Amino acid sequence: MAIDTFADDWQQTSKADLTRRFMKLLLRAAMWAALLTAVFLTVFPFFWSLLMATHDRSTMFGSGLNLAIGDQLANNYQRLLDAMDFWVGMLNSFSVSVVGTAASLLFCSMCGYALAVFKFRGRNVLFTMMICSMMLPPILTLIPYYMVIDALGLTNTHLAVWLPFSINPFGIFLMRQYVMASVPKDLLEAARLDGANAFRTYWSVALPLLRPGLATLAIVQFVFLWNNFLQPLVVLTSSDKMVITQMLRSVQGVPNTPWGALMLGTFISILPLVSIYMLASRQMIHGLTSGAVKN
Amino acid sequence: MSTTKQSSVTSEPDQRWRRFWSKSTPYWFMSPYILIFGVFGIFPVFFMIFLSFHTWNPVQGLGSMEFVGLENYALGLTDPTLWQTLWNTILMALYSGVPQHLVALPLAFLLVQLGKRARHWLTTAYFLPYVTSTIAISMIFYIMYSRDSGIINQALMGLANWPVTAWAFGWLNHFLPIGWVQENSVIRYSVAFVVFWKYVGFNTVIYTAGLATISDELYEAATMDGASAWQRFRHIALPLLRPFIFFAVTLTIIGNMNLFDEPYVLTRGLQFASTNGMTVSNYLYRVAWEWLDMGGAAAISWILFVVIGIFTGLYFWFFGRRGLGGD
Repeated sequence: MAIDTFADDWQQTSKADLTRRFMKLLLRAAMWAALLTAVFLTVFPFFWSLLMATHDRSTMFGSGLNLAIGDQLANNYQRLLDAMDFWVGMLNSFSVSVVGTAASLLFCSMCGYALAVFKFRGRNVLFTMMICSMMLPPILTLIPYYMVIDALGLTNTHLAVWLPFSINPFGIFLMRQYVMASVPKDLLEAARLDGANAFRTYWSVALPLLRPGLATLAIVQFVFLWNNFLQPLVVLTSSDKMVITQMLRSVQGVPNTPWGALMLGTFISILPLVSIYMLASRQMIHGLTSGAVKN
Repeated sequence: MSTTKQSSVTSEPDQRWRRFWSKSTPYWFMSPYILIFGVFGIFPVFFMIFLSFHTWNPVQGLGSMEFVGLENYALGLTDPTLWQTLWNTILMALYSGVPQHLVALPLAFLLVQLGKRARHWLTTAYFLPYVTSTIAISMIFYIMYSRDSGIINQALMGLANWPVTAWAFGWLNHFLPIGWVQENSVIRYSVAFVVFWKYVGFNTVIYTAGLATISDELYEAATMDGASAWQRFRHIALPLLRPFIFFAVTLTIIGNMNLFDEPYVLTRGLQFASTNGMTVSNYLYRVAWEWLDMGGAAAISWILFVVIGIFTGLYFWFFGRRGLGGD
């Protein structure tokens, strides 16, 4: 009797188990289908821009779905160079991003260090001001930003595009947290007793310990500056100063836009960041979400 | 005696000098912030109050300023385009923001069930759009949205006419080809999709990190008690994710309030479908740099400042305390 019910039980569970396993398999398949569809939808536009870079207007705007690789890549490169000073734009973007990132690393670490290490009159006021300015939507500051740039005679200079962002309050906050977490006070005290002055202590004792924080900030700042469009649009007016985002956009308006060439330019313009991303995706994801995710 | 006196004479200014240095050191370190924020942050706010009572065409220099009193504010408050663009901004924020989080949450929940390696690769793919510039992305979508030969219309046409799928999608022929960026009726969705597409990965990463903070024991205990995957998501993950959701939604709202690049490119520099496709940022740009009415733009900025301030206050009032985890 006991054995009988046991066998019955066993059979039942195995049957239920089987359906459960099947359901599980089905669910897993559905899950992977969803995940991979999402990957496809994410990657497709990049693939598409590269494909379009091999077509010219006639094959691109021909009727029907054209999924073949065109033969216009070399011609499109020539058209791209005719349409704009492409490499000038790339170089401008590069120099703005590099100089701006370097400046913000220096300024933000200096300020973050001061906020974390020194006690001084006005510290809380400055800190509160910083946090408040973080909440201000940038569009509201666009007009005043331009007014100051104009008043200082900085229109059409690269300085105007990176200087105001070099004291990124988020960066200062980040550096402050890093200093508090990873620079021991005893070490600073020891350096001071050894006769190092304040700047020296910051530069050769604290800064090396801040490397991970600096790397995070560098990523945030470089990506922002490379991709920035609005501020350059407002202050950079001559084509020898324009950054690449601005140049690409400005060709959109001309009649008979060489779209194939423009897609090629667009693709090349995202390559630097995308290739760094391919090499160091973990660090970049971590860096770019560090404002949102504590780690 | 004389020697001690002499030494005290030389050391006193020296000491004072040293004290000055040690007292002022923090301010030297803070000087980049104080200087740059003073010039680009504080001074302009006051100047903008001043400017909003004037008309100023920047091309004609500072001398062309004229006092007009409250006229700029009156014009701004009664400007239907300002309210229309504000409405556009809010709608696009909803159309892109709501699906963003509705997709990112379950996606993150799926991702954390996977092995480390699979999760890493998928996350890398999903995050890719966030790294690329909005201008580049918008240009690519502008091509894909093209009315007569864009891939999206071509694909829809294929679906509508291919015998196998025609029975289900034949009705699409009635609408095709769709002017995704030309027609006011669809432009908001077209812009919203690009925004959605760009930021889903970012939110997914935030939620994945949030889910990683929840201990496995909780899930295991729930599974032992017979909770299904949906129940675990609904009753364990979702409540514990609340602070993350609050934070991510706040970022989405802030981002959308500043939406400029995507609509600017998709409307071809505000030429196409600009009635419904223009955001407040776009409009501000148009008033200030296309119409060269800096005074008007300054007044609009202040009006927006108040409107956004009220909305932000309400948002934090209603959701802030609960969102931050307290009760």
